[in-house]
Amino acid sequence: MLTFTIRRLILAVPTLLFISLVIFLILELSPAEPVCPLTMPSDVCASWKAAMGVGQPIYISFPKWLYQFMVVEPLVLVDYMFGTSITDGQFRVMSWQTRSPVMDIVAQRIPQTLWVVGTAYVVAILIAIPVGVYSAYKQYSIFDNIGTFITMVGFSVPPFFSGVLVIVIFSVYLGWFPSIYDTTLVVNDWASFKKQLLQMVMPVMVLALQITSQISRFMRASMLDNLNQDYVRTARAKGLGEKTVVLVHVLRNSMIPVVTVIALGIPNIFGGAIITEVVFKVNGIGQLLITAIQANDLPMVQTLAFVFAVLIVLFNLIADILYGILDPRIRYD
Amino acid sequence: MTEQTVDRLAGSEGASRSQWGDVWHQFKRHRGALIGAITFLAIIAAVYLGPLVWTTDPQYVPPTVEMIKARDFRPIYVALVDSTAKTSWAHPLGTDNLARDQLARLMSGGQISIAVGLAAMIVSIVVGTFVGVVAGYSRMLDGPLMRFTDLMLSLPLLPLSLVAVLLFRESLAARFGPEGGIFVLIVGLVGFTSWMQTARIVRGDVLALKEREFVLAARSIGTKDSKMITRHILPNVMSPIMVSATLGIAAAIITESALSFLGLGFPPDFPTWGKLLSDSVDRMVLYPERVIWPGALISVTVLAVNYMGDGIRDALDPRIRGR
Repeated sequence: MLTFTIRRLILAVPTLLFISLVIFLILELSPAEPVCPLTMPSDVCASWKAAMGVGQPIYISFPKWLYQFMVVEPLVLVDYMFGTSITDGQFRVMSWQTRSPVMDIVAQRIPQTLWVVGTAYVVAILIAIPVGVYSAYKQYSIFDNIGTFITMVGFSVPPFFSGVLVIVIFSVYLGWFPSIYDTTLVVNDWASFKKQLLQMVMPVMVLALQITSQISRFMRASMLDNLNQDYVRTARAKGLGEKTVVLVHVLRNSMIPVVTVIALGIPNIFGGAIITEVVFKVNGIGQLLITAIQANDLPMVQTLAFVFAVLIVLFNLIADILYGILDPRIRYD
Repeated sequence: MTEQTVDRLAGSEGASRSQWGDVWHQFKRHRGALIGAITFLAIIAAVYLGPLVWTTDPQYVPPTVEMIKARDFRPIYVALVDSTAKTSWAHPLGTDNLARDQLARLMSGGQISIAVGLAAMIVSIVVGTFVGVVAGYSRMLDGPLMRFTDLMLSLPLLPLSLVAVLLFRESLAARFGPEGGIFVLIVGLVGFTSWMQTARIVRGDVLALKEREFVLAARSIGTKDSKMITRHILPNVMSPIMVSATLGIAAAIITESALSFLGLGFPPDFPTWGKLLSDSVDRMVLYPERVIWPGALISVTVLAVNYMGDGIRDALDPRIRGR
């Protein structure tokens, strides 16, 4: 298992290098350039653009970006955490829009995304697992049929429609929740905590509906596979209670694929909720990406796309390892 | 009496003889799938045959003065709750802020949305099946092709598609015309970013099929590789391909609407359902119907297709069939 993990980790390095090259090459096709301020004379503008690295050949700009992203940015984090000053005078990946380091902006945006999308993920898992277990246990019952229908609806209704619909219903007609997520809200007492909860309800609801549908379908299918196995009959035959059979024997075995599905979905917490963030005006990472694309801010798009790729590769690896740990029948070596 | 029983038995035997007859029999028993299939066909018929009945031009904008009079009509059913609302039988679903008829726009939008869904599904299935069959059949190409599939799976696809739309929109529009260019672009993008799952499933099935006796038998009588694939391998991997094809239509419709919603899809003159929805979000408090109709049509279409896919999956699974 350890050798497998190490081998996969080493293999991840060329994969990531290749992905970053692919992203870089795709974006290199783009004719985008930083826009000079209106009052800037043209010769100053030209030298300013050159300083931003516009027009450099790819064999210079790609290794430079790679060095800045892989070496300088982690060192900045070290500096920030321990108060050292290793990176003074080093160039960082700069955004063309704001002319400040990309990673600083990303660090500002991450908490909002994590709060909203992370909460939705936790809520979705807490709902999906019991629903999946019960509908598999009572297959073709009324509960199962309604549950299957609701998960199918959650699966089919796109977030840009369900989001808009809940805004019309709950914030326009009923006036229960605010339609815009206020990120400047500081939570320091009960009143502001309540406000924070209220503004989180709708985005979390919309996201959780989608995630719940996916996970509970998996949970149900996995439970159904296990409920017909011989070991379940054996457990019942030796006189175990129904609760023990289902919740201890079957549930634990059915969780194996579900846990990996949950792990594979975690990269989406950081980047997948682009549409929900746009609908509710949560200024998280997804919304940052959209504005960067619309403003032709190449360094920002490159960095964000690469951060997402790193997360996907990392959690694929974690899912594989988890699978091996949870299921003793699977050994990679 | 005995003869009748024998006849009946023979009849039912005959009905379940052919594999596809058997599949259809099972599919019919899945009530959700049947309703889904009927709904999907009804929607297709409505958007493609509807314009023959409702002949209003979806792009007609009346001259200035009439435009101001004829715009912002509410759907006819609003008159039931609010008798002062501006409604007219000439526009059963109302008009938009340029006095274009909403019913006609919904039908023409549906044509584009469904065409995009079907075309992107075909691209994705063709690429996925090709990669899957080649990777499963040829030992030499298996490694590189599967690494490529893994690479595609770990790219952040939505951000890159958005960038690609920005990059290629102009050049393709110059070559194929404004709506043709964006159609080719969106179909290509959705198709080439969604074939990976199909490829993996098909490869797995081909690998298993290769070890079966009938393949050995076919090889021993000298079947060529190309014949082997088209005659023996492909018909046997049809079921997973059909399931992913059905679910692929739904995914393509959703992706296209998402791109339109983010402002990077079809131009406003040739709106899809997603574009109609996103254009109306700003005024949804005054005119909620302009958001709800296209949104509901997208959702119902996708729901119907997903149910159909579920039914086909169950019908093609011999473990479930006959239960």
